[in-house]
Amino acid sequence: MGVFREVFLAIPMGFYTTLKHLFKKPVTRKYPYEKREMAPRYRGRHYLERYEDGSERCVCCGLCAAACPADAIYMEGAENAKGERYAKVYEINLLRCIFCGFCEEACPEEAIFLGHDYEFSADNRDVFIYTKEQMLANRPKDKPFKKIIRRVKRIF
Amino acid sequence: MLDLIVFYTAAIVAIGSAVMMIIQRNPVASVLYLIVSLVAQAVLYIQLSALFVGALLIIVYAGAILVLFLFVIMILNLRGERFDTETNKLGTGTKYTLAVVFFLELVMVFREFAVSRNGASMATRAIENFGDVKPVAELLYTKYLFQFELTSILLLVAVVGAVVMAKKDSDDREGNS
Amino acid sequence: MLEYAIIAAIKVTTIIVVVLTGCAYATWLERKLLGHLQHRIGPAYAGPYGLLQPIADAVKLIFKEDIVPDRVEKVTHSLAPIISFIPAFLSFAVIPVGDTVSIFGRQIDPVISDLNIGVLFIFAVTSLGVYGIVLAGWSSGCKYSLLGGVRSSAQMISYEIAYGLSIIGVILLAGTLSMQDLVTQQSSIFDWFIFRQPLGFIIFVICGVAETNRAPFDLPEAESELVAGYLTEYSSMKYSMFFVAEYANMITVSCVVTTFFLGGWQGPLLPPILWFAIKVFLFMAFYIWIRGTLPRFRYDQLMNFGWKILFPLALLNTMLTAWIKLW
Repeated sequence: MGVFREVFLAIPMGFYTTLKHLFKKPVTRKYPYEKREMAPRYRGRHYLERYEDGSERCVCCGLCAAACPADAIYMEGAENAKGERYAKVYEINLLRCIFCGFCEEACPEEAIFLGHDYEFSADNRDVFIYTKEQMLANRPKDKPFKKIIRRVKRIF
Repeated sequence: MLDLIVFYTAAIVAIGSAVMMIIQRNPVASVLYLIVSLVAQAVLYIQLSALFVGALLIIVYAGAILVLFLFVIMILNLRGERFDTETNKLGTGTKYTLAVVFFLELVMVFREFAVSRNGASMATRAIENFGDVKPVAELLYTKYLFQFELTSILLLVAVVGAVVMAKKDSDDREGNS
Repeated sequence: MLEYAIIAAIKVTTIIVVVLTGCAYATWLERKLLGHLQHRIGPAYAGPYGLLQPIADAVKLIFKEDIVPDRVEKVTHSLAPIISFIPAFLSFAVIPVGDTVSIFGRQIDPVISDLNIGVLFIFAVTSLGVYGIVLAGWSSGCKYSLLGGVRSSAQMISYEIAYGLSIIGVILLAGTLSMQDLVTQQSSIFDWFIFRQPLGFIIFVICGVAETNRAPFDLPEAESELVAGYLTEYSSMKYSMFFVAEYANMITVSCVVTTFFLGGWQGPLLPPILWFAIKVFLFMAFYIWIRGTLPRFRYDQLMNFGWKILFPLALLNTMLTAWIKLW
């Protein structure tokens, strides 16, 4: 009896199931052409923030480098003409970085943030050491600055 | 003209590959030559307009039996080395006697079919629909019915024998383990 | 004579071109259909709906390096793809794709050769296809290939018998071994042999799938156990020849099933050749549907199924049909 049920019920049921799925909408996303909506708190590549007048927010306090569990951040401080501290050298090694976001949580000046960039690949390791200039240029233009700051505040 | 070319090509290929089959050391190559020989023989049958016999030759021999041969060779993984130390169970006298007997048989067959009919070639004697399905079936089920049934019983006995031997073997194995 | 030769040459060329294209697009159909069965979209980038994908694949395979491993038996290794390639195309010689038509005042049969033993010819030729696989497995000098070859030969022997027996019912009812006659006997849909021989049809389809080494009977190339079975040591054109041969065999079986059971080119309104193409296409889709549905058999299950279920059923079908015919 079991054999008959298998042959005349189970196998046609299996065929019916697969046929049903044939007409369902595919879930495939054509990735490089159709990108998916990012979560607002997604942690991608870093960028450095500026004040409205254009000066850098980073004061080179070193808290981000201290918080970094992967030791990916390197910085050298200096003073500008007005006597304010700023980062002469600020580099993040993206090959070491684990994108945990501790640096943006540690930053007292709200200068460093993790953006939504995730497509970075190269055939050369040196490219992955990100300099300050690159991170300053990397700032997303469309995202309002205040909103992102509020996101960071909410974490604490 | 074309017929002759096809006939001689097929005949030479059939005989040549049969010889090659015997003198090859590599068993797989032997089987391959046997297949080539069989296909050439099938061509000969088809040339006699005996399509049915030709097709059967390929289906039964090339399609089934020689696949079994290859299967066995592959399972044993013979690669031609093991035949150096083969032992002969037949004595020299028996061997030569058998060779002579087979040769005489061959001569008799040739006398029957070729010489006594004034050398008339096989192809010209082919009757209408010779070797087609219907004539073969009619011959099998009327004139040669007894022989046909005998053959089928022989095959049945062989099948039963094979099953019995396989069964006994597996019983032994189960008993040992 | 010359005219006959020219017509035959045109037919052969047409068939080869059509079947090769068919093989290429069978791969496209398989990937597309299998993708949609799994909520994917399949090839989509090369051309509209990925229609140029087969061409891209062919170009890629041609330009790949042909790697011949050290331990292979060189001659057999290069011979095996050819041996599996040729029989796959030979069987199209007897498959009728339409009724006799007159072109330029000549009566032309849309079949290369309407042998009066067409059915036997198909069986003879398809049974030779296994050598390619077996020799590929044996000559590769690789354990996975060898296992694939051994499995293939055992599987072919087991299913060939039921394959042949299942068609005897049809032959008994039709009383002919010619493919064209088989088709003309199925002029109305109720005369189709699928309705007069349902058991034979089921057995034939199962054995046909097994003979072409397709899922769920794809043990010779079971990728989860044997890497790629007999294909493991092949690359480039040799690999693609096996690939094309596999799809050509699928098309052969589809054509044969169409001719034997589904009325061949018979059908209302549309021209015969179109009906034939539609039926073959639907059966190919069914092939892929099977692959998308059923998991692979275990080796002993495969053997038991072939010998203990299909073979007796086919024998029973033959005896019943003979009895009905004599009644």
